[in-house]
Amino acid sequence: MKSDTIAAIATAMSHSGIGIIRVSGEESIKIVDSIYRDKNNLKSLHKYKTNTIHYGFIYDDENILDEVMVSVMKKPNSFTTEDTVEINCHGGILVMNRILELVIKNGARLAQPGEFTKRAFLNGRIDLSKAEAVMDIISSKNDTALKSSVKQLRGSVYEKINDLRKAIIYDIAFIESALDDPEHISLDGYPQELSIKIADLINDVDKLLSTAENGKMITEGINTVIVGKPNAGKSSLLNILAGEEKAIVTDIAGTTRDILEENIILHGINLHLIDTAGIRSTEDIIEKIGVEKAKKYSQDADLIIYVVDSSVPLDENDYDIINMIQNKKCIILFNKSDLISKVSLEEIKNLLDKNVIIIKTSTKENTGIEDFEDAVRKLFFNGEIYFENEIMITNLRHKEALQETLESLIQVNNSLETGMPEDFYSIDLMNAYSSLGKIIGEEVSDDLVNEIFSKFCMGK
Amino acid sequence: MLERKSTLIEKVDVCVVGAGHAGCEAALACARLGLETVIFTVSVDSIALMPCNPNIGGSSKGHLVRELDALGGEMGKNIDKTFIQSKMLNVSKGPAVHSLRAQADKAEYSRSMRKVLENQDYLTIKQAEVCELIWEEKEDSNNKSFKKIKGVKSFTGTVYECKAVILCTGTYLKARCLCGEAITYTGPNGLQAADHLTDSLLSMGIEMRRFKTGTPARMDKKSIDFSKMEEQFGDEKIVPFSFSTNPDDIQIDQVSCYLTYTNERTHEIIRSNLDRSPIYAGIIEGTGPRYCPSIEDKVVKFADKERHQVFIEPEGLHTNEMYVGGMSSSLPEDVQLAMYRTVPGLENCKIVRNAYAIEYDCINPKQLYPTLRFKDVEGLYSGGQFNGSSGYEEAAAQGLIAGINASMFILGKEELTLDRAESYIGVLIDDLVTKDNFEPYRMMTSRAEYRLLLRQDNADLRLREKGFKVGLISKDQYEEVLNKKNLIEKEIQRLKNTKIGAAKSNQDFLKKYDSASLKTGTNLAELLCRPELNYEILKEIDLERKELPIGVIEQVEIEIKYEGYIERQLRQVEQFKKMEKKKIPDDLDYDDVPSLRLEARQKLKSFHPVSVGQASRISGVSPADISVLLVYLEQYKRSNEDNHF
Repeated sequence: MKSDTIAAIATAMSHSGIGIIRVSGEESIKIVDSIYRDKNNLKSLHKYKTNTIHYGFIYDDENILDEVMVSVMKKPNSFTTEDTVEINCHGGILVMNRILELVIKNGARLAQPGEFTKRAFLNGRIDLSKAEAVMDIISSKNDTALKSSVKQLRGSVYEKINDLRKAIIYDIAFIESALDDPEHISLDGYPQELSIKIADLINDVDKLLSTAENGKMITEGINTVIVGKPNAGKSSLLNILAGEEKAIVTDIAGTTRDILEENIILHGINLHLIDTAGIRSTEDIIEKIGVEKAKKYSQDADLIIYVVDSSVPLDENDYDIINMIQNKKCIILFNKSDLISKVSLEEIKNLLDKNVIIIKTSTKENTGIEDFEDAVRKLFFNGEIYFENEIMITNLRHKEALQETLESLIQVNNSLETGMPEDFYSIDLMNAYSSLGKIIGEEVSDDLVNEIFSKFCMGK
Repeated sequence: MLERKSTLIEKVDVCVVGAGHAGCEAALACARLGLETVIFTVSVDSIALMPCNPNIGGSSKGHLVRELDALGGEMGKNIDKTFIQSKMLNVSKGPAVHSLRAQADKAEYSRSMRKVLENQDYLTIKQAEVCELIWEEKEDSNNKSFKKIKGVKSFTGTVYECKAVILCTGTYLKARCLCGEAITYTGPNGLQAADHLTDSLLSMGIEMRRFKTGTPARMDKKSIDFSKMEEQFGDEKIVPFSFSTNPDDIQIDQVSCYLTYTNERTHEIIRSNLDRSPIYAGIIEGTGPRYCPSIEDKVVKFADKERHQVFIEPEGLHTNEMYVGGMSSSLPEDVQLAMYRTVPGLENCKIVRNAYAIEYDCINPKQLYPTLRFKDVEGLYSGGQFNGSSGYEEAAAQGLIAGINASMFILGKEELTLDRAESYIGVLIDDLVTKDNFEPYRMMTSRAEYRLLLRQDNADLRLREKGFKVGLISKDQYEEVLNKKNLIEKEIQRLKNTKIGAAKSNQDFLKKYDSASLKTGTNLAELLCRPELNYEILKEIDLERKELPIGVIEQVEIEIKYEGYIERQLRQVEQFKKMEKKKIPDDLDYDDVPSLRLEARQKLKSFHPVSVGQASRISGVSPADISVLLVYLEQYKRSNEDNHF
């Protein structure tokens, strides 16, 4: 079981210059010490006095992850009145997130929403008059977190987790009914059967974990909408970025008639890519709906990628688009740069913004894509595009729960391998079941008893 | 009419209503603690009656009996005196789920318990129906009114003034038995029902509900062909239920049970007569238990099962009646007979008693504290099926706790609450008072989340001390347990400290038992962890070993072999205890707690949990609600402290 040392990102996860990861609880100093080294490359945190701040580095295995200042506050001299360590790092979301992950890997658990405040209050650090505010924070933050956790989960992932849970509870119910009614239900030969199932389950959870690692468990990311007039190469771009044939690409203008979505990771940045139908005035009803959708998506986008067919002059469809994306964060791709250019950079800059990012690409010859990726990264790290920290935290929570599930299943496997009796399996299976439940917001309550009675015929 | 009734007034300490398994334990506990006690029964001949299955114990129920015995209850001792077959179940599985079950000689069991009651000082048995509770409204120091129990009134009009009442009415309240279209308004076995008390309880504001259960037919042994069945024997070495019983005294000649099966013809008869089943025809209103379904239920709900097991079990040594386990039913007599006769061995069977279903009034147990006292009535306690449970063992366990706490209340001593981490009894009571139960509650091993710690083999180590503190366990018995604990700890330490080198003699020993050879030195405890080795085998290389009692060796072996798992559970228990210790004041008004979600607020208001731990187990109360509650309680505590200045 995990310790009661909690960790979270204490600052807003966005474009700020400095970010703080706060770790609080008995093991906080020990945990941070395991990933921190001072300028002499020593693990020295435990030696420091309270209320001191130190220069050093956070290590991810043997690699320096970030240059940091770490403050040490020993109980009761901290916000929570517990031993607390705060890691002041460079504010990029990815760095902060990675450090938080390391802290958790080394024994802390992700704080529940409002948990630092709760501890501060319970430990007498916050004034009585603020009690109501504290309760309100806890309640509303948890509410948001719960909603976003389930909402952000991809439908397919939700289904998968549900299926895994169903499989697990069935086996627990089977074991338990055999324990309760050994004369009716026999477990002969069952361990062999179960070990095959456990191997599959471990495999499935492993896959889900790598899905989470890629940020693909959740639908959200930076909403990135690809727009452009028909046949500008939008779908080709999506395919290149996704690394597979997602969209049908032809020479015929208007091939993509609906919206295609794909989550991709660019340098650790989660982009939720949306390929839209080319924008043109059309009489084709289906295509028309697609165009309308494209316009709507563009309005909600965090980032717009405007693919310009630079081999033909701008036309009224382009003007339409330019009009639509005014004041939006966007990157312009001068596609088909393998052909003779009929559009000038100045023309676009005049119409949009003189600082707009324009990159020459050829989706056909796969050139300029790296420049594009670089541009996205810069925008992100400069804080010009960002998303709510809630999303990363949700993803982290999912990962934590999946990790717990995996550990429980591995424990079942160990019990099977060392020939432990059957009643030992079901304890860890139950833990796996409830860990998975956390992801989809399900309590365990009476699931087991219900499953036993509905699936197995027991009794006198 | 009224003036012609009895005008007698008796004064006692405790009135126990009902003399089933709960009532007997409750009454014995009170009387043994020196309180003047009366136990009421509608029939003295039905004391400790076993109206359904002829056995005590079984998976997780065996645990309850062991725990009850460790605390000073009677059931374990009584079954040790009256069993006719005994079996330790689940022996091929882990020690935590080993469970003892004994076939009882029903008549003997009942007679023997009656004798114990009759010979108990301070205990009076009274054949009478209690019709009314006598109580008064009082005000506490904060001017808050509460109800206080004053006594009971019997059907004849006699009043028994007392300080506490323990309700153990079993299945008798407004009981109704159904055998197809034939309905009788009686309790089990045709005994008189208790029709009046419900109204008295309702008038006190107690919430009642209606449950049902059922029992199969009893058959004449002469009419059964056992050659067509599989004979089921008892264990060769019998283990007693009670920690006070000497195993050597109970190695008796045992009788057998028999196993046979239903078949497609049986199922066909049931299916074609479903319209005559009171349940399927909608005549029964009560909620039945899913874990002991009638044969009708089994056939309907598990339609793909080709056959169901049927256990034929003797009801006693001095009767020909055989219990037909697995085939309880409420079908009409003609259908019952036809259906039973399709079962191999029962082709010519004669039914002595028909199978029937029984409906009865009971309470919603969320009205109780974990001490089994009614939250709203001082001095009123309850136990057993009246609390919505099922089973003799569940009843007895509650009866004992209710009896102990009624006594503690009268004696002004600290009440006894067992928690989920120390006993199955704690799990049972916590589930009853914390969860929404919609059917008679049966103990199951899966309900005990810390079951590796709650073994039947260590019930004495877990609970003797509590029994001693309460006063039901003697000093000698308690010291015996302390001594046992001491021996266990010392032996574990000795095994951990006894080094075993990689010498040839040791390697030869390991080779003999197909155990991996040693690369470096180790100790005996490490070797004991290996599945292929055990304490007995290790004797060969354990040169300094002294003789130890079997019970000590058993504990040493379990503690070492499963150490990793046990420690994990102990860590979970630590977390659990933290929340149990955070008490919620009785007068907390959940409407004053801001930011609780609506569902949580409603649930908390309706259950009024005693601790944050209990609150966290109420369905519909989320971890965030618990956090909010913790903050509120801290605020409540601090502002109350402030008020004192």
